[in-house]
Amino acid sequence: MPLPLEGIRVLDFCVVWAGPLATMLLGDLGAEVIKVENPNQMQPMTRGTMARIPKELAAALPPAAGGFPEGDPGEKPFNYHPTFVSVFRNKKSVTMDFRTPEGRELLGRLVAQSDVLAENNATETMEGLGITYDWLRSIRPDIIMLRIPAYGSTGPYNQARALGVHLESVMGHTAIRGYSDLDPTTSTPIFSGDYLAGAQAAFSVLLALWQRRKTGRGQLIELAQAETASAMLFQGFMDYLMNQRVPERLGNRSISGCAPAGVYPCLPEGPASECGDRWIAIEVVDDRAWAALVGVMGSPAWALEEDLATVEGRRTRHDFLDEQIGDWTKDFEDYDLFHRLQEAGVASAPVVNSYRIMDDEHVRARGLYEPQILADGVGPYRFTTPVFRFSETPITVRQPPVALGEHNEYVYREVIGVSEEEFERYRSLGHVATDFRV
Amino acid sequence: MGPIADLKVLDFTHYIAGPYATKLLADFGADVIKVERPGGDPARLLGPFPGDACDPEKSGTFFYLNTNKRSLVLDLKKPGAAPVVERLVTQADLVVENFSPGTLERLGFGWEWLHERRPDLPLVSLSNFGQDGPYRDHAGTELTLFAYGGEMYTMGIEEREPVKMFGTAALVQTGAVAATAAMAAIFTSKLQGRGEHVDLSIAEAQVLSVDRRHVGQISFEFSGRKSPRPPRDARAVLSGVHPCADGYVEFSGAGLRTDRLREMLGNPEWFADPKWDQPGAFINPALAEEFEASFYPWLYEHTKYEIWERARGARVLCGPLFTIDELVSDSHFRDRGFWERVSHPRLGEQTIPGRPFTLPDSPWEIRRPAPLLGEHSREVLEGLAFGRDEIEALVAAGAVEVS
Repeated sequence: MPLPLEGIRVLDFCVVWAGPLATMLLGDLGAEVIKVENPNQMQPMTRGTMARIPKELAAALPPAAGGFPEGDPGEKPFNYHPTFVSVFRNKKSVTMDFRTPEGRELLGRLVAQSDVLAENNATETMEGLGITYDWLRSIRPDIIMLRIPAYGSTGPYNQARALGVHLESVMGHTAIRGYSDLDPTTSTPIFSGDYLAGAQAAFSVLLALWQRRKTGRGQLIELAQAETASAMLFQGFMDYLMNQRVPERLGNRSISGCAPAGVYPCLPEGPASECGDRWIAIEVVDDRAWAALVGVMGSPAWALEEDLATVEGRRTRHDFLDEQIGDWTKDFEDYDLFHRLQEAGVASAPVVNSYRIMDDEHVRARGLYEPQILADGVGPYRFTTPVFRFSETPITVRQPPVALGEHNEYVYREVIGVSEEEFERYRSLGHVATDFRV
Repeated sequence: MGPIADLKVLDFTHYIAGPYATKLLADFGADVIKVERPGGDPARLLGPFPGDACDPEKSGTFFYLNTNKRSLVLDLKKPGAAPVVERLVTQADLVVENFSPGTLERLGFGWEWLHERRPDLPLVSLSNFGQDGPYRDHAGTELTLFAYGGEMYTMGIEEREPVKMFGTAALVQTGAVAATAAMAAIFTSKLQGRGEHVDLSIAEAQVLSVDRRHVGQISFEFSGRKSPRPPRDARAVLSGVHPCADGYVEFSGAGLRTDRLREMLGNPEWFADPKWDQPGAFINPALAEEFEASFYPWLYEHTKYEIWERARGARVLCGPLFTIDELVSDSHFRDRGFWERVSHPRLGEQTIPGRPFTLPDSPWEIRRPAPLLGEHSREVLEGLAFGRDEIEALVAAGAVEVS
């Protein structure tokens, strides 16, 4: 059964998360996504921050930057970097030094065979490389170019460099999420905007492909990541725009006014510094759910007070409720309590951390993780699978996280169409490689 | 005209995630018929409201999430609804729903019923945990689904409980994934004649997302190392949220170039020592303390705008913590035309955050504001070739409500 995007070829010049997620989603859906990589200049935040990394340094870095297979970065850490390797599935990789004249000519021949080029670098990077929409269009008139600048290609911030975490600050997330009783310096950097932007960007390419089917024309898509991120705060923006009220931090409380809503302690398995702490999230969505929660708690006297029967009453005494509920939850195992509460119809869930999620019974039953073997036979390790569950067309992992230059032969010979002789010449000139020469 | 102005979407979604998905489709041109239960989408009762006065026609949440849609009030539990659904399905290019799993079947319009009538018609079903599996029927909210499926465990500090994102960020993320899935299903439908049932859940859109947790998962899988929340007094050189003269600024030390940082700080003597350039210097807690002793006085002397300007000039990764009022008045976003003015019969002229991206050849546009309840019931039924008497009969039987 052909996949939805069978026959669409995407050239991937993306970095960090937002762009690579977009191209991975397109790859999941059947597009042939080719990462075009320069073996003579490692682009930071694409396959790591450096091409080689001493074992001792890896051990000193946090797991996200140093947690390599069996703790050993090995000869080619860029094929296994834990921050990036999960966005390399369902992609191919080709190497060429597109800064040189012959590399640029090769890239042009590849562009001629492609439908989409996606990038999310700092705005001047692509201009510096001469990979502009006008150049692409001169080779392939109906090309679709996806650009994901942080703040857009125009305006005073257009040259600002940013990771997802900085965008979140600029777009208001960091100031209004987090504990309501502590200042924002306790706010953990997260990258929620990268996820939204990646999904939006994949959507934008699907729209442009649909348009191209009807008109034969491509276009230049600009997704300013900061602008897209505003959707995640829409209630806050609407409150300000309607009432000139700047929203306050809510912590774990509900934007919709449901009460109580919170994250409560459960029986720990060890210290929090070793991820042994356990928590349950509970949100009472209506009076019926409140009655159900009171029932599961064994109808303690404090919970039967009349004013707590209405949401207004529960909101007024939210601090009191948090204290009482936390005092009750702390003697339960989180999953045990989750099952009891759900049985009674109370919205709840354990706060599942990254090493327990793979063993969750629902996650296993739905097959959300699958073992993959990486380059040079490393593995198997469990990786996430595509989010798309289609009834008629299985959306699967067709290619495990791709290694640098893994598809050089295929791309040079079959896509670009170089001869054996030319291929060997490009190899000797250093374009064809499976390692960084840096 | 939007790129998908040729598509008709039959929208059985309510609340936030589903309506955000169909908003994306509607704002890019699709004709979205929003089927509301009598009384309307419960999101009509979610704030903010002007002056905090609850009114189902003045919900800021509903207003934002339902631009460009038409509202048909239809009671799917009434026998009279069936012929209306039949004709809606005949015309539709896509159906989207987010009832509890099994509800659409119970109403008589489930996947098998749809697939038999229109083998080419895709159905996107959005739910908390998916259409099968042990948690299929579990209740969920933004808070609980993010706790289960997302990166919450590592958000916050070691001494305290994990903490969520603001508002309903996870539901919005899921809506964007759903719109992507819907367009992919349109491709298989229109190019290959195959209608797909897409089973997408909020929990799974989080479990399978790209965020801190998926990195924590794979680094644990690789090395057995775990990622806890940091203690409150954790320090690294530069990284984190720091106070300044008029608020807060965020910096990253990851992949930092000290030459750029020197330039941003004006090449101070205290930062000249080559020890700052050693690999690993930026994760050395002793150096972090020394750094802050000089860095904080500098921060307190400057506003967040000044700091960001210097950081941009030196190409240092930095973000000031803007508040929503600052963003709305910021000239960058205003001059880029990001904010959109929308006129609504009950709310008057309002401003909303605008396009998610620009498509110059087929632009995003607001053609109509979010609908009043049942505003288009009559118009939609007439479009389905129901006669005046038939419409009156549907209204009399309580199957349809007109405004």
